[in-house]
Amino acid sequence: MDITFLLNGERVELRDVDPTMTALDWLRETRGLTATKEGCNEGDCGACTVMVTDAQGARALNACILFLPQLQGKALRTVEGIAAPDGGLHPVQRAMVDHHGSQCGFCTPGFIASMAVNHLNGETDHETALAGNLCRCTGYVPILRAARAAEDAPVPDHLRDDAGVLAQVAPPQAFQPETADDLARLYADTPDATLIAGATDVGLWVTKQMRDIGPAIFLNRCADLQRIERADGMLRIGAGVTMDRVLSLMEAHHPSYAGMIRRYGSAQVRAAATIGGNIANGSPIGDNPPALIALGAVLHLRRGDARRDMPVEDFFVDYGKQDRAPGEFVEAVSLPEHAPALRCYKISKRFDQDISALLGCFNIEVADGTVQTARIAFGGMAGTPKRATQVEQALTGQPWSEATIHAAQDAWAQDFTPLSDMRASADYRLTTARNLLMRYFHDLSGAETDVRRVQA
Amino acid sequence: MSVAKPLPHDSAPLHVTGQARYVDDIPVPSGTLHLCFGLSSIAAGRITAMDLSAVRAAPGVVTVITADDLPFANDVSPSIHDEPLLSDGSVHYVGQPIFVVVADSHHAARRAARLGRITYDEAAPLLTIEDAMAANSYFEGGPITWARGDVEAALTTAPHRIEGRIEMGGQEHFYLESQAALALPGEDGDMLVHSSTQHPTEIQHKVAEALGVPMHKVRIETRRMGGGFGGKESQGNALAVACAVAAHATGRPCKMRYDRDDDMVITGKRHDFRIDYSAGFDGDGRLTGVAFTQMTRGGWAQDLTLPVADRAMLHADNAYFLPAVRIESHRLRTNTQSATAFRGFGGPQGMVGIERVMDHIAHELGRDPLEVRRVNYYAPATPRGPGTGHRYAGPHSPAIADARNITPYGMEVTDFLLHEMTDALAGRADYAARRQAVRDWNAANPILKRGIALTPVKFGISFTLTHLNQAGALVHVYQDGSIHLNHGGTEMGQGLNQKVAQVAASAFGVSMDAVRITATDTAKVPNTSATAASSGSDLNGMAALAACETIRDRIAAHLAETHQASPGSVRFEDGRVHVGATDLSFAEAVQSAYFARVSLSATGFYKTPDLSWDRARGRGRPFFYFAHGAAITEVAVDTLSGEYRILRTDILHDAGASLNPALDIGQIEGGYVQGAGWLTMEELVWDDKGRLRTHAPSTYKIPAASDTPPLFNVDLWNQPNPAATIYRSKAVGEPPFMLGISALMALSDAVAACGTGYPALDAPATPERVLHAIRRMRGEL
Repeated sequence: MDITFLLNGERVELRDVDPTMTALDWLRETRGLTATKEGCNEGDCGACTVMVTDAQGARALNACILFLPQLQGKALRTVEGIAAPDGGLHPVQRAMVDHHGSQCGFCTPGFIASMAVNHLNGETDHETALAGNLCRCTGYVPILRAARAAEDAPVPDHLRDDAGVLAQVAPPQAFQPETADDLARLYADTPDATLIAGATDVGLWVTKQMRDIGPAIFLNRCADLQRIERADGMLRIGAGVTMDRVLSLMEAHHPSYAGMIRRYGSAQVRAAATIGGNIANGSPIGDNPPALIALGAVLHLRRGDARRDMPVEDFFVDYGKQDRAPGEFVEAVSLPEHAPALRCYKISKRFDQDISALLGCFNIEVADGTVQTARIAFGGMAGTPKRATQVEQALTGQPWSEATIHAAQDAWAQDFTPLSDMRASADYRLTTARNLLMRYFHDLSGAETDVRRVQA
Repeated sequence: MSVAKPLPHDSAPLHVTGQARYVDDIPVPSGTLHLCFGLSSIAAGRITAMDLSAVRAAPGVVTVITADDLPFANDVSPSIHDEPLLSDGSVHYVGQPIFVVVADSHHAARRAARLGRITYDEAAPLLTIEDAMAANSYFEGGPITWARGDVEAALTTAPHRIEGRIEMGGQEHFYLESQAALALPGEDGDMLVHSSTQHPTEIQHKVAEALGVPMHKVRIETRRMGGGFGGKESQGNALAVACAVAAHATGRPCKMRYDRDDDMVITGKRHDFRIDYSAGFDGDGRLTGVAFTQMTRGGWAQDLTLPVADRAMLHADNAYFLPAVRIESHRLRTNTQSATAFRGFGGPQGMVGIERVMDHIAHELGRDPLEVRRVNYYAPATPRGPGTGHRYAGPHSPAIADARNITPYGMEVTDFLLHEMTDALAGRADYAARRQAVRDWNAANPILKRGIALTPVKFGISFTLTHLNQAGALVHVYQDGSIHLNHGGTEMGQGLNQKVAQVAASAFGVSMDAVRITATDTAKVPNTSATAASSGSDLNGMAALAACETIRDRIAAHLAETHQASPGSVRFEDGRVHVGATDLSFAEAVQSAYFARVSLSATGFYKTPDLSWDRARGRGRPFFYFAHGAAITEVAVDTLSGEYRILRTDILHDAGASLNPALDIGQIEGGYVQGAGWLTMEELVWDDKGRLRTHAPSTYKIPAASDTPPLFNVDLWNQPNPAATIYRSKAVGEPPFMLGISALMALSDAVAACGTGYPALDAPATPERVLHAIRRMRGEL
């Protein structure tokens, strides 16, 4: 594969690169740019964070699970290129020194990259924006102070230049289809290929499992998979829409879903991961499917020119098994624009950037005090994302009351027999799932149920 | 004076630009090889067959080393030679190194290491405290007991009595830089090893043993670590020794860094503990007697388990006078990672035990836990110093009659600050009013509950292995007046080098830019102790000061002679040297001394005074002094899911007369968050085969930015240390860690609002454990 991109403002053309060479290894081992650190090699600690700019702007990405082909036609900036060419410190670098934001310093370059991206984009919710950067020394206090202190400083010119220089787009590559039609043809011809969108999951197959993933098809330049369309009260989200864009979309349409996505991975992960990838990999603990199922969303699949639709819940056949034929791919998902009763509750040991122990999504319509329809879906409670059908039935047609919720108590065990693992015990999962229905009841009635909204 | 200034970390500009070099960033010579261990997949048994042909045949592999290929010591233990670098045929935990692959790249080595086919004769592993107790599997032969007074009588005659148990998990260090070493073979068998270690001398020692050479052939250099926290006190030995052995065998430079998952699976963590307690007390909550049984999993090898367990015993009192006490300590050998040093070194575990007792007593009596803590505090410090008739803790200080000042191990507490500090903290953080507000909130809110707690810290400073309380330094002053500073401590983020440089700059009266901090190097300062036990600046600051004073006195003597003044009148200030009426720049003074053939290089040495410790009897004066602190944490808990959030934290901490308030506050903030993380979200989970299931940040969660208290107020107490430490400062590395205990106790307080009975909340208090405790309080379980 041949790849062209900008590295710290300089054009780089690579020939015959290994498609699964990570940006991190290439930077450190081939280019000798060792500022970018390896902390976990799986996208969870942010020590390898770099700034990547394309037509949509600058984003922070984890270089450890970023394959070189994903950089095609983009601009990559490492900490070596964040200070001015004359060596002058970037405002966030200056602030980190002044506010004692580094101790051992190993996480610091990753923080600087994230902070420089946030600074460029005018982002001021620093806790959210830095959730994907772990620091074990400082307790984050001085880092957050530094981020706030640098907010109003102007963005250095050299960081604005990256977007402009990108006009010299790299030539199309066979492995990287530019349209869904090209992808459909390519994938139908090579059904054993691995589709790589954001590589937030496939990246780990390579870095941790050291799997040979076979032929790779990169989806990140496939423009029509990245569309969001509105029609007839429905939103159609292309499979290639990254989770940061899903977050913005949901803020307008489904705030509770957006609140959950705010905790989905980290800024770095949301900037790479796609909604299609999160559905297609079929994980029982993917965070989108329960919300989509509760919304009654429809999945659009495509193989060659053949297309079919199905309710999202029907896609998940069994653990590790989805209703997807060889050469078939997720093209988009459609969901209603409005669902005021939708609530999404993610439960994990850590609030931010943690895989759900369980995730419950509720969408219950009540009229005249009676439950009309109930859609309840959970992740982490079974081998697949799954609806709580028995519970739904126990509620439907009943008065919307605590008594009804108590009466539905036994239905939960009919719907779910969760596992115990390192994230939670089966008992905790089942108990909490039940309790979340009670939380939902109080939440809809306007009571405060969110511990994050309590203030000292 | 540079000391006491809030200067940034000396490497801060390098950190933020990515120029600070860690072991893996050092440019390596061409031909450098890379290592990866092949690991055991079972927890206990013997290897019956090992087929490494696929490993040897894998792309890029140069050689594979097993125990049979080690000509000299096969041992990386820091204590009793019970930790082979590579399995000697016996297997003791899942993740034990069995062979090491030497390949032409890091990834080639990692890929190949998975191809070993090892057959085992499996044995039943001892995985839990209960397993080990039942099997009588101990280090040192059995439990250790230290006692004072008649505990049984005190318990039986007490007006009130409680019994209980608390379990607390271990903790992964999660230094952001995983373990790493680079060995560069030199001529005639010399070996230079760059190691990410808190203990270069031990690395030197273990490498020399493994190579069968004297220590003078091995040089260890450590510029900095990307975090240590105790995890690099002994756990770097394996990598350094493996690299040195492979470099010796191949004649080529060898490097090894653990992938994060390997690091977490192979290396030791904080000791988990179970503490059973029984306490007698009066109606005010004043203890009459307390008995603790401390049980800890030491893992498969002894490592530092004995001193860790000792320190847990030594901190079973924390800030409280225990009239009659028995502490029984079980140091258990299990088939898990060999638990090791971690910030606080057993102290936190011991303290959690007594803090639980205080909380439990308060609940039993229906009192504010803070009142109970206060009535049990050690007696306040007797005023000392000029005009009080008491000397500064000197050997001739009058004996203090008040028996409420004596620790269970017989050491007099002479500088107990927590009465005043508690008053000050409770006042500035508005504790009483907030406690009432929490009560009001809880009465009004069925779903979300709040809790608040103030917990104190009194932490003993000094290595309990007395001989380790020594340090050396090497200082050169060059002809141009620039100063080259070296000491035996290592930099892991705590700013030690900056503090020591501040000491040196102050000693010579020069600005900080005159002082160059250099990498720790066993060829410059020999026989160093680990940078551990919070001792870094206490020991190395004093040693550096001694070296600086030697040189300064030589310069002063020279100038006094040439200017007909008394040496004592020569002053070094603001980059100038004043001799009588003459005033030279420091560089001029140095140059003058050089031309007069005055030696401008000196070593410095320091040993902590006034220590005497009889470990077998558990009696004596193991600590030079105590550092204090207190924290108030307020939390909110969701009673439906057990989720919670820290809402506010207020801390008052005693760093003596701070050498650098900015660095000290950084240690306090970071220590608190790490301590709260240990007791809340950080959970290590092993399965029933002894496999660690939480071996990456995807499954093991350290606090993230949003876990920091939204309101977080940290103040320094800032009183000079009565003990004669460097510029009267106090150690600050470990003590603040234990301020995090207030988070656990605040959660306990919130859970207590859910019903009757005592929450008996175990740690880590994950949402699951919190919900479990709530359900017990509500009678649902």
